Amino acid sequence: MKDAIRDILAKHGRLPVAADTLADDADLHAAGLTSFGSVEVMMALEEEFGIEFPDRMLNRRNFASISAIAAAVQMVQTEAAA
Amino acid sequence: MCVVCADVEPTTLLEQLISHGILIDTGIDGIYGRSGVFEDVIARFEDLVTRTGAEGANPMAPEVMRFPPAMNRFHFERSGYMKSFPQLAGTIHSFMGDDRGHFDLLEKLQNNEDWTGQQKTTGVVLTPAACYTLYPIVAKRGPLKSDGALFDLQSYCFRHEPSKDPARMQMFRMREFVRFGKPKQVQTFRAAWLEKGEVMMKKLGVPVHVDLANDPFFGRSGRMLKNNQRDQGLKFEMLIPIESEEKPTACLSFNYHQDHFGTTWGLIDADGETAHTACVGFGLERVALALFKHHGLDVDAWPKSVRKALWG
Repeated sequence: MKDAIRDILAKHGRLPVAADTLADDADLHAAGLTSFGSVEVMMALEEEFGIEFPDRMLNRRNFASISAIAAAVQMVQTEAAA
Repeated sequence: MCVVCADVEPTTLLEQLISHGILIDTGIDGIYGRSGVFEDVIARFEDLVTRTGAEGANPMAPEVMRFPPAMNRFHFERSGYMKSFPQLAGTIHSFMGDDRGHFDLLEKLQNNEDWTGQQKTTGVVLTPAACYTLYPIVAKRGPLKSDGALFDLQSYCFRHEPSKDPARMQMFRMREFVRFGKPKQVQTFRAAWLEKGEVMMKKLGVPVHVDLANDPFFGRSGRMLKNNQRDQGLKFEMLIPIESEEKPTACLSFNYHQDHFGTTWGLIDADGETAHTACVGFGLERVALALFKHHGLDVDAWPKSVRKALWG
């Protein structure tokens, strides 16, 4: 999943650095992920994983690192399956 | 005036303002004429804003610029406004057809049909916020000086949100100070205005409180932008109850854009870094409405201290 997230960050995150150089726990906001960039990443994640983030999860914390995004996606998938 | 209506006391603030001739009804919610009395209050408040801006330790003299309430469509498009607030934008379209097209248009008008099909987009859109015109102009000047830059703007702005609430007009004036520079410079500017603004508004005898806020970003992506804006403390508003006690109206706003406009427009500081920007905005009609709401419709009867702050 983290590779898919890295791909999405590379395509949609408009990061000034290459997404494949980012560690799983690297701070994406510090790496240059803007609010508008994170919105596009969010939309792309929803399409890729066939999920819809609930409003309460649409915040900076859940998009702060590749690990945080993976955890958020898993949480939505788990909730959808329950 | 009809006999029945004459007996009915106007109840809402809007009805009172219209019946006293302070605002003038045009038949469209949110588009009002302004009387001399109303305009005088706005002019006096603007003067107070100018004086307050010059107060404090080492205030920077702003460069004054005034623009008509319309802007370059291409600048508007590049600003990203349609990403964030498509529901509020006002774009200007004009008839660009030939004789036959004109004939069709007149026929449709005559028949009360939709005649707007031949209207084509022009190079102009209505200004959505006073500072949107400014950024590309500053970018064109090249890198900022070491102390950055400060501008004083005022413009009528348009937002498509028809409402009976007089504090939510479709065309209203926004006075703005916009600061460009290093993050620290623009943050200091905003912090200073948060303090000065509160002192200034208290002189006007209206109940104010400052709160964290967000812009009305559109849709689901907007939900995320709103949350981010709040999480990072990028927008504060000074609120005054006008139409409702529970939902007071934002009359001043204090915004830190970080490098959003800097990146969008290629604004560069003296060291070659992307410039940060911040602005303080004054909703001129809203402040005037707050004064009429809290001190009454007769400006001569407003409290002495308030009159002194405004008229000297």
